[in-house]
Amino acid sequence: MASILRFRKLYYVDQAVKCSSVGFESLDQSPKIDQKLDKKEEDVISANNLALGINKRKRAKEWRCIDSCCWIIGCLCTTWWLLLLLFHCWPVTLLRVNELPGPGARLKREGLTALHPVVLVPGIVTGGLELWEGKPCADGLFRKRLWGGSFTELFKRPLCLLEHLSLHYETGLDPPGIRLRAVPGMVAADYFAPGYFVWAVLIENLAKIGYEGKNLHMAAYDWRLSFQNTEIRDHALTRLKTRIELMYITNGYKKVVVVPHSMGVIYFLHFLKWVETPPPMGGGGGPGWCAKHIKAMMNIGPAFLGVPKAVSNLFSAEGKDASYLRAMAPRVFESEILGLQTFEHVMRMSRTWDSIISLLPKGGDTIWGNMDWSPEGHVCDFSKKSHSQTSLTSVLHSSKLPTVDSKLSGIFSNECFPNLNISCGEVWTEYDEMSRQSIQNVAADKAYTSTTLHDLLRLVAPKMMRRAEAHFSHGIADNLDDPKYNHYKYWSNPLETKLPDAPDMEIYCLCGVGLPTERSYVYKLSPSSRCKSIPYKIDSSVNGEENSCLRGGVYFADGDESVPVLSAGFMCAKGWRGKTRFNPSGIATYIREYRHKPTTSLLEGRGTESGSHVDIMGNLALIEDILRVAAGATGDEIGGDRIHSDILRMSERINLPL
Amino acid sequence: MVVLGQLLLVHWFCMFDVVALVIVVQHNARSIPQYVTEAITGPLTDPPGVKLRKEGLTVNHPVVFVPGIVTGGLELWEGHQCAEGLFRKRLWGGTFGELYKRPLCWAQHMSLDNETGLDPSGIRVRPVSGLVAADYFAAGYFVWAVLIANLAQIGYEEKTMYMAAYDWRLSFQNTEVRDQTLSRMKSNIELMVATNGGKRVVVIPHSMGVLYFLHFMKWVEAPGPMGGGGGSDWCAKHIKAVMNIGGPFLGVPKSVSGLFSVEARDIAVARAFAPGFLDKDVFGLQTFQHLMRMTRTWDSTMSMIPKGGDTIWGGLDWSPEGESFKCGAKSLRNNSINSMVQNENINLEDNVESVNFGRIISFGKDVAEAHSSKIKRVDFQDAVTSVKLPNLTTNCDIWIEYHEIGNHRIKAVADNKVYTAGSILDLLHFVAPKLMARGGAHFSYGIADNLDDPKYQHYKYWSNPLETKLPNAPDMEIYSMYGVGIPTERAYVYKLNSGTDCSIPFQIDTSAEGGIEDSCLKGGVFSADGDETVPVLSAGFMCAKGWRGKTRFNPSGIRSYIREYSHAPPANLLEGRGTQSGAHVDILGNFALIEDVLRVAAGATGKDLGGDHVYSDIFKWAERINLLL
Repeated sequence: MASILRFRKLYYVDQAVKCSSVGFESLDQSPKIDQKLDKKEEDVISANNLALGINKRKRAKEWRCIDSCCWIIGCLCTTWWLLLLLFHCWPVTLLRVNELPGPGARLKREGLTALHPVVLVPGIVTGGLELWEGKPCADGLFRKRLWGGSFTELFKRPLCLLEHLSLHYETGLDPPGIRLRAVPGMVAADYFAPGYFVWAVLIENLAKIGYEGKNLHMAAYDWRLSFQNTEIRDHALTRLKTRIELMYITNGYKKVVVVPHSMGVIYFLHFLKWVETPPPMGGGGGPGWCAKHIKAMMNIGPAFLGVPKAVSNLFSAEGKDASYLRAMAPRVFESEILGLQTFEHVMRMSRTWDSIISLLPKGGDTIWGNMDWSPEGHVCDFSKKSHSQTSLTSVLHSSKLPTVDSKLSGIFSNECFPNLNISCGEVWTEYDEMSRQSIQNVAADKAYTSTTLHDLLRLVAPKMMRRAEAHFSHGIADNLDDPKYNHYKYWSNPLETKLPDAPDMEIYCLCGVGLPTERSYVYKLSPSSRCKSIPYKIDSSVNGEENSCLRGGVYFADGDESVPVLSAGFMCAKGWRGKTRFNPSGIATYIREYRHKPTTSLLEGRGTESGSHVDIMGNLALIEDILRVAAGATGDEIGGDRIHSDILRMSERINLPL
Repeated sequence: MVVLGQLLLVHWFCMFDVVALVIVVQHNARSIPQYVTEAITGPLTDPPGVKLRKEGLTVNHPVVFVPGIVTGGLELWEGHQCAEGLFRKRLWGGTFGELYKRPLCWAQHMSLDNETGLDPSGIRVRPVSGLVAADYFAAGYFVWAVLIANLAQIGYEEKTMYMAAYDWRLSFQNTEVRDQTLSRMKSNIELMVATNGGKRVVVIPHSMGVLYFLHFMKWVEAPGPMGGGGGSDWCAKHIKAVMNIGGPFLGVPKSVSGLFSVEARDIAVARAFAPGFLDKDVFGLQTFQHLMRMTRTWDSTMSMIPKGGDTIWGGLDWSPEGESFKCGAKSLRNNSINSMVQNENINLEDNVESVNFGRIISFGKDVAEAHSSKIKRVDFQDAVTSVKLPNLTTNCDIWIEYHEIGNHRIKAVADNKVYTAGSILDLLHFVAPKLMARGGAHFSYGIADNLDDPKYQHYKYWSNPLETKLPNAPDMEIYSMYGVGIPTERAYVYKLNSGTDCSIPFQIDTSAEGGIEDSCLKGGVFSADGDETVPVLSAGFMCAKGWRGKTRFNPSGIRSYIREYSHAPPANLLEGRGTQSGAHVDILGNFALIEDVLRVAAGATGKDLGGDHVYSDIFKWAERINLLL
């Protein structure tokens, strides 16, 4: 069916261009086939007459009916066949272009083979979601992907889809009558959309050295839920535990290598604590479980300490690239589709997702800096830096700019535009419940650091924060032995949990560097007097000088375009380095950074040396590291730390008792 | 002329596509807006899921699906040069697009190693995992999808449903050796029981999956390393019911013709599924040889050779179906109502044709119908030892075992005239010694005299219900659910193929037709009642007699139920494959069957369903079988 549909679609594009007078609305309704065939005949005849220059002959001789019939059938078949051929060839050729001479084949020649089973843990947004039960408007979509894949449904019935993607605002679980579940298996996150790989390249390279279904597992989970809720609703953590135990046994008692990406990293941190905690809150694996079953945790683009992007997302559903969502499916969230209230709709939906709260910056001012200082200091010319290593002195030098400093460390800076009019409610967001006065008060406070930020969010979205704070915590523990830290809401925060007692385990931070990454924002009150709009907006008119960190209302720092290097690297660089209170058994940590190199030509697709958050999964150096570790190498054997950024210096500036 | 030439060429190319489109449209009839369908066929009945949800049924027991042969998808994990770009693409199932493009490459990758029955070097084809493995076989051709959708209506989802996909080409024990599939299944069932509050699972195997699950139940309780080490009460603790759909417990005669000459009335199971692509045009003129070479590397096809020999399937002059069985579509269709009446009267009829299903293969129609005393038979094995093997000319492109046996043997096989279920094994051993040697290590087809004999602890006996005991689980239930009312291949009339050296020497004699109108013999094939693939005898006997009450095959007295579904063809094209079908695969969309499954999954017992539900004469036939219980 898929191929036919695709074909029809191609054909329709064709059709629409040539005879735009006829508009079809739906593409897959069978009764229209007849109509379509007729259309096609006409079209084909005219096209062929033109193309083959038959016109003269046709005019000159008189054609019998049978000739025309033959022609019609012949041409019909030709076009059909050609299009089909084209379609069948298309993916192959496309694949050839994208097919990278990955390190898998080379390493196989070196003699590497599958040794340790591998578990992949996808991050936020990249996993597919499919419908199991829905409202009447989603009729016929049973077990179809609503999220991921081609997003065709989103174009057809956007509001219906948004309704299904949202969770219940109070509980953070399914709304009544709607069941949307994670797609299981490797297909869950190999490609996000057709041609847009996530894990596919890594999987293919792993397969080259002998991996297959029995020793490669994709731990798909519903990324919208809070981590503990994935267990409560879907038993996702129990499944992961059983699966790891099974792979451990069936592969000759070889420990697994876990490869989480983005939010999957903190999901897996949560799992590590969960699995050793006794039931009913935990998995009851006992204190030796991690030591027994896990060889290494290779975190790709880890969001250990959160991402500032999550803040702007929650606050105003926007960011430099208008949030992850819109980056992934750019057309979908444009205003034409959802009417003028796109942002409001998106905000309403994404605020029901608990998981976004897990990505709020953790550690407060100690980690992220306060009004007057930040661990990064000032280096904003990443383009320059990625070509020539900046000397330490230049870093110090540029940090002598106090005016910029205060703005960088505050996560927001507000400027007031006080004519507001908020009263009507089709799309309900919590902003509607706030008085105009309090909205202005928020703006009047001018600057928020990552600590006061939580107060801000509590003010603007009290219900959401109440719901989410039952599942996540963003502080720093003073005393890790305090029994309160046995609660699951602390498990995903590396600053409030101890790593498991597994001295032989290894933790890798594999992060991309050399890309400007959102770090803080300049906000303004939305000048719009339209009802239902979000009262805050990034002030995109604010620009710094050339080479400044400030562009379009956003301050940038080093990172992989989504996660600042500070968040990705700090725990491996300092928090867990050696035996610390966060890492009592002294698990070895390694930082592997991959400097971003933009692609040289379009043909290269998304590049083999990319450092950006998702594209890094196609980075050959990273793939090689993972393959080597999976085949048995240790961190020292693949070369220990490899650092391009200033992460060590930044970590030093952070004053955290260890 | 040019125009005509172009037209012909193009026409040839697009034939497949048009056919494919028509099939898709037909199969997709359900996706036509409801108001259109309703306008044509009248208001639709609620699917069972919706109906039962209104009755208040909800999720209770987790459900495990075990797909059968051929229906599961297979994908490529490692391949030769010619399969470049197909990584993790489906080779089997889906669109079969690759088959058109590179048929030889495809056949090479789908074959297994001729000696080991495992992967050939450099090729890894693995089963697709998850529900997608067998929900649809090809686009629009549902297998499990309808059942899944109905289960979802009463609240089932991924965490309570599990598709135990396995590589159906391998022998059952090899799926564990290569992929650890059985271990995975065990671990998944344990997980589902644990996460669903200790509720035992309902297992729903289909077709060959039935045998696979029999194997699993023995495997899981057997101690390691051969077994899963679950302990002797594993099944009792984890399984509530096994609902076998179209189970070939005692094998299917079709597999014999498949192995013997790669044909059957519908030219083997594979071709039945994907009719267009296995035509001669794709492989050139040697389709059958290519196909035979490929299918003969699949050990699993040997799991379905008829089991129990003459005791079950009938000897030279008798068969359990008796001579009274009336073939022909008419009577079969009506038998839902008056089958019992008919069968009482049937003995009185004079013009009943003498049909002997016991002779599974006969050479020549006259031989098939003559009394055994009148047939001159020459024992083929003696005949061969006395003749020296001639020089073999193996200049054929495709190697198959027939080229090694030589013409004398082939002649000898034909001279023996008649083969019953017992002697068919000798025949297969004779014409394909290597194949059978490989298969013999994994499957057995006999009847056990003494089930306590320690030799029966070997895994090759586990999938044969006549050589194993059921597990000790008195609370478990076994259902046998199958379609009836469709003529099903039961025995064949063969002839020697007078073709070239390289062709397959035996062929079904399609010219053999029965005398009277409702004859069982059509086109060289004797048909009996069944679901088009599995005869009633094979699907029903164990539950009707072999396991009924406490027998030596069922020492703990697991209750067994027979649920038959009488076939009613779809009334019009829009209905697609029908909601009352009894055909082997289409039965998975039968509303009555789905309702039964849903009720059991929601907690009902066999008694609540109404116990046995029988249309055919299975109990009468079972009585005639003289098996020590």
